[in-house]
Amino acid sequence: MSNVIQLSEARVGDRGVITHVGGGRMGEHDSELERRLLELGFVEGAQVHLIHQGIVRRDPIALRVDDMTVALRRREAANLTIQLNGPFAEAAE
Amino acid sequence: MDIAVRPARLALVGNPNSGKTALFNALTGAHQKVANYAGVTVERKEGLVRSASGRTLSVLDLPGTYSLRARSPDEAVTRDAVLGRLAGESPPDVVVCVADATNLRLVLRLVLELKAVGRPMVLALNMYDIAQRQGLRIDLDRLRGALGVPIVTTVATRKRGIADLLAEVETVALAGTVLPQGEGAWHEPDANEIRAAHRDAERIMRTCVRPPERPDTLTGKIDTLLLHPVAGLLILLGLLFVMFQAVFAWAAPAMDGIDAGFALFGGVVAGFMPDGLLESLIVDGMIAGVGSVIIFLPQIVILFAFIILLEDFGYMARAAFLMDRIMGGAGLHGRAFIPLLSSFACAIPGIMAARTIDSRQDRLTTIMVAPLMTCSARIPVYTLIIAAFIPNETVWGFASLQGLVMFGLYAAGIVSALTVSFVIRRVFWRGQVEPFMMELPAYKLPDAKSVLINLWLRAKIFLMRAGKIILPLMILVWLASTFPYPPAGATGQPIEYSLAGMIGRALEPIFAPIGFNWQMVIALVPGMAAREVAVAALGTVYAVSDAETAMSGLAAVLSAQWSLATGLAFLAWYVFAPQCVPTLAVVKRETNSWKWMTIMIVYMFGLAYLGAFVTYRVALALGGGNVGG
Repeated sequence: MSNVIQLSEARVGDRGVITHVGGGRMGEHDSELERRLLELGFVEGAQVHLIHQGIVRRDPIALRVDDMTVALRRREAANLTIQLNGPFAEAAE
Repeated sequence: MDIAVRPARLALVGNPNSGKTALFNALTGAHQKVANYAGVTVERKEGLVRSASGRTLSVLDLPGTYSLRARSPDEAVTRDAVLGRLAGESPPDVVVCVADATNLRLVLRLVLELKAVGRPMVLALNMYDIAQRQGLRIDLDRLRGALGVPIVTTVATRKRGIADLLAEVETVALAGTVLPQGEGAWHEPDANEIRAAHRDAERIMRTCVRPPERPDTLTGKIDTLLLHPVAGLLILLGLLFVMFQAVFAWAAPAMDGIDAGFALFGGVVAGFMPDGLLESLIVDGMIAGVGSVIIFLPQIVILFAFIILLEDFGYMARAAFLMDRIMGGAGLHGRAFIPLLSSFACAIPGIMAARTIDSRQDRLTTIMVAPLMTCSARIPVYTLIIAAFIPNETVWGFASLQGLVMFGLYAAGIVSALTVSFVIRRVFWRGQVEPFMMELPAYKLPDAKSVLINLWLRAKIFLMRAGKIILPLMILVWLASTFPYPPAGATGQPIEYSLAGMIGRALEPIFAPIGFNWQMVIALVPGMAAREVAVAALGTVYAVSDAETAMSGLAAVLSAQWSLATGLAFLAWYVFAPQCVPTLAVVKRETNSWKWMTIMIVYMFGLAYLGAFVTYRVALALGGGNVGG
């Protein structure tokens, strides 16, 4: 069972580690969006935890990213790949 | 240049929510000068501070940013100011990077980026008391070594560390007399360079900062409630309700006071001056004109008090989060929420608040629809027409019919703003979606002094605008409604023979299909200066003296002279018409283009005409055409 997902598919309560920034369905503004995500702390290796979501189509989402809270739309979150923490992931770290 | 002979310039740079403005307020107190940067419409805040050694330093508060790679006009100013590229602005002698000590991760990368620019620099670890309370350990010496910049700890709200900061700035400024010219080694980093800088910052974090023993859990707990999809929205609506109550109910006594004050002042001046042209210019044109704008000061102060408090508390980012998808359906960005909210008091601060929106398209959409929100200047017009034509009765057992109509007018403004932005999004900027991403800062108790300083600043800006823009406009309107004089033996009101009267008469055929008579059209001409001026102008045309105070008299005249259909058409006209030259002037300045101002004029007058036409025809068909009925 794969526990590598796009952050846009995550549900409230999911925790994981960012494994890749970029890709997704980025258009021509690829590198711009990638850089903006990086500048807000969405960088490979960062711990993320989805804590809240909006009322319309569960969007936007609020995340703990390491020790800060950031809001973004699922559309942008599609450009972040995360590895969900398995049941034993925390123990293994 | 020697800093002994001119004030050293320091520029504050930092992430949003780092307490940069609080530090700026702590440094400069109320001695602040607000202007615009040359050529752009970004607010430039500067103040002076005297150091312990007696030197005067000038402090520039630059817009908050995560990176020198600018996206919004605000951030471009920060970049250009730091790089010394800003036209008409000398580069800062010292860059002070302000960091939230409890949230260092992102700012460390900014520090590394700023270092690459090569200007003398000091890092201020602000909110240091909160860091200590959380048990966050920062090895300052090691951090100094790792970053290679002097570090000072500050608590802006308690004025702690200010003297240290100034002393450090002076040392650095004196040592750095040979400035590296130009832009140093800075260039716009690509994604991999940002990653590398993050890794460096991360390494520094690990070696110099021990995670807090008692991390802030309160913010998370409050968010459980405030960001809740249902409860959070209900709380937001509740807050808005309280805010509107405050803006309209609490401001009323102060507004009455200002109104009476200006009337008294005008009366006193009129008593001292000989009757004639000069008296008319000063009393009717200048005093009454400026008074009709300053009367909105209490509402604007109350509105801004709420906005500043919610912003400082950290709530505004949450409001944008809650509203993003809801407004997104109409093609508006979550950040448009605050500008549109401000527009309920007055479109001018609303349009100016749109500066915080990164993307030009989202910003333009917000600016274009902001004047559709029901600003407080429409209230006198609505009140007058409602009093004249809507019976004061109760419907459904509890609701006042007049109140319902007022509510309907507000709703019409909101619905039309959402519709227009939807159309703009679909027609002009199809498919382009600007990302919504923003930090949700930790909640903080607002600092009373900082709030008061910011509030005073807003009030000052509003009053200065009343002086600089509104006063000349009022004089212009007075000229148009006074000259030329009525011919000898004229029977009508003098305004009928003036330029405004001629314009009104000339435009009358255009307005006949929507049920407006020539008196109304004449009133619309001076009414371009500000919406509520139309009330006074109607009073002039119908020769009801002192129309603003004798509102009921004017309402009686109108209900005898207009049909219900005409009254309703006039209301519909006022929902849409851009009857406010100051707003148009601000749109021109903020968009830096005549084009957008023209588009606004055309589309709003178009909607106004259409709205009034439909209203008039429907009301006629339903039997509302009887005059005096």
